[in-house]
Amino acid sequence: MTKIQELYRLAGELGDGRKEELQERIVKAIYRQAEAISGRVVSRHPGWACDWDRRIDDVVTSRLTGFPLMLLLLGVVFWVTIVGANYPSEILAALLFGLEDPLSFLFDYTGAPQWLCGMAVQGVYRTVAWVVSVMLPPMAIFFPCFTLLEDLGYLPRAAFNLDGLFKRAGTQGKQGLTMCMGFGCNAAGVTACRIIDSPRERLIAILTNNFVPCNGRFPTLIALATLFFAGSLSTSLSFMATAVVTTLVLLGVTVTLLVSYLLSKTLLRGLPSSFVLELPPYRMPQVGRVIVRSIFDRTIFVLGRAVTIAAPAGAVIWLLANNSIGGQNILKGMANFLDLPARFLGLDGYILTAFILGLPANEIVLPILLMGYLAQGTLVEPANFQDLGNLLVAYGWTPVTAFCFMLFSLLHYPCGTTIWTIYKETKSFKWTIAGVLIPLAVAVIVCGLVNFVGRLILN
Amino acid sequence: MGLNNPVQLCVTLVGNPNTGKSTIFNALTGLRQHTGNWPGKTVLTARGVYHYKGREFLLIDLPGTYSLVANSPEERVARDFLFFGHPDATVVVADATCLERNLNLALQVMEITSRVIVCVNLIDEARKKNLNINIAVLARELGVPVVATAARTGQGLDELKDLIYAVACGYITPCPREIGYGHYIEERLQKLLPLIQPYVSERRQARWLALRLLEGDESLLETWANKHLRDDSYD
Repeated sequence: MTKIQELYRLAGELGDGRKEELQERIVKAIYRQAEAISGRVVSRHPGWACDWDRRIDDVVTSRLTGFPLMLLLLGVVFWVTIVGANYPSEILAALLFGLEDPLSFLFDYTGAPQWLCGMAVQGVYRTVAWVVSVMLPPMAIFFPCFTLLEDLGYLPRAAFNLDGLFKRAGTQGKQGLTMCMGFGCNAAGVTACRIIDSPRERLIAILTNNFVPCNGRFPTLIALATLFFAGSLSTSLSFMATAVVTTLVLLGVTVTLLVSYLLSKTLLRGLPSSFVLELPPYRMPQVGRVIVRSIFDRTIFVLGRAVTIAAPAGAVIWLLANNSIGGQNILKGMANFLDLPARFLGLDGYILTAFILGLPANEIVLPILLMGYLAQGTLVEPANFQDLGNLLVAYGWTPVTAFCFMLFSLLHYPCGTTIWTIYKETKSFKWTIAGVLIPLAVAVIVCGLVNFVGRLILN
Repeated sequence: MGLNNPVQLCVTLVGNPNTGKSTIFNALTGLRQHTGNWPGKTVLTARGVYHYKGREFLLIDLPGTYSLVANSPEERVARDFLFFGHPDATVVVADATCLERNLNLALQVMEITSRVIVCVNLIDEARKKNLNINIAVLARELGVPVVATAARTGQGLDELKDLIYAVACGYITPCPREIGYGHYIEERLQKLLPLIQPYVSERRQARWLALRLLEGDESLLETWANKHLRDDSYD
């Protein structure tokens, strides 16, 4: 008999098969000690002390005001982002696209071959310029806002509010926290699912994290909402755009709950586990520090990652758009091939192509799409948002197209990084595939329905 | 010892979730691990290096836990690291506004390792709530050095660094008070201890292991057995 077995045997004998009782005695002894020490050490000053935290919590987590307040906060953050991001986006776009001609000229001047100039300027540079001007301003506003809420201590309250809904969907409120992280980045959201102890609920949270628009898709949604639902920047129209984005996010939450419910009734059956979520004290965020940190640590970091993916992708897509196989332009060929299924979803072949080629990072979907459109005989090269809107309309976009595009972007499938993260977290090929196919199925169903109904109404 | 000693000292940070561990980690290492006001923020153990008084310190930020009972992955990570990692010093970060609950963890940590410093953080918040904490008495009651800090403003961090330095280098030897478990359990512990003692360097650790053995914590013992008992079971 090995020594470890001997030890086990002896310990078992000593425990008389009453391990739970022993455990309880041990824990109790520790708690008693902590209580005694704390009693000797902590004293409360006499004086007026109002428990503000509890008073605020009564409002923030009340059944009556909790949800409206949450919606309001979400709406305000989106509105600030939409209104605030518009002008810097315009300026950045004008600046960056203004540099395109001098760059082309520089290439011509050095006698570089035509294809190199095309690939570098119209491929790499233009894609990067789009990613920067569309993504940077919303991120630079959204991240600090969100970090302020986080540091204030609001997020656990949101999770607490959502717990009831998640319970009914067969999971738990901590999923709400992982969704909040998903706003920043779905890969980070999937990793954050580790805070959920129950493996079943953790898996559900991982599989549904994609339904929260990450910062790669968020600027795309904002750009389109601004273009199609807030033609000019009058106040009422910016509210309209805010309403559209908020509705989309709410739809994402609804889909999350529905899919969680279906999963917990079918593939991942089980009862919701209870959990302890401490509501931390409210703390005054250090505003200046939050802004600096979230711009330098998060915004620049995420943008850098997006650019490193967008640059080579730009080159590849330029090659696809400007080369032919058997007399057929490759990108155009793909788009034609995908046109029929895309029409069913309220999209067109180029849009679907852009989504497929945009798998590495959602940020580049819009630039790919534009390059696809522009490659088939350039109309105008969009120098600002308004031109972009005109361009899309010229290619047959209606509000239904825009809405279906946004829906598909919200739902479709996680980006390459997130898929890889799902695999790392679940260590399962099967669940990784489920993490792609479930959102795709939802996207197809929702877009198909919206397109069908939208067309009925418009005609 | 002295200037020529290139050996890195290993310091761990443990504490309940949301007590400002990551803020202290950032303040000491100058790194910028993201901090946030919600429990469970740190899911990975973060590592960072800093220098103080000519020595190099490797600081390890363990995930926040309420106890070391090992019901959750975080608790297991923290517990295993403290027991098997033999850190040169361990800082228990406690929230001054709810000290009692935080002391539960501190007491459990002190059962595993004696090289403990208790850092009563968020002391500014406690003051705002009209709470007064007698640091000197706390240090005497626990038997380990205690420092009050407000990590967000940097208050008390120099003293914390001094204490870490002194404990990790062995200039201060904390002597944590032992928890008495009452006759029933102590009697059983005495029977187990002689069997475990030969394999464990510190008496404290033998006692802790014996307690886990009584509780029937198999995951820990498996790991321990793999490390220490397998080799000599062949002789």
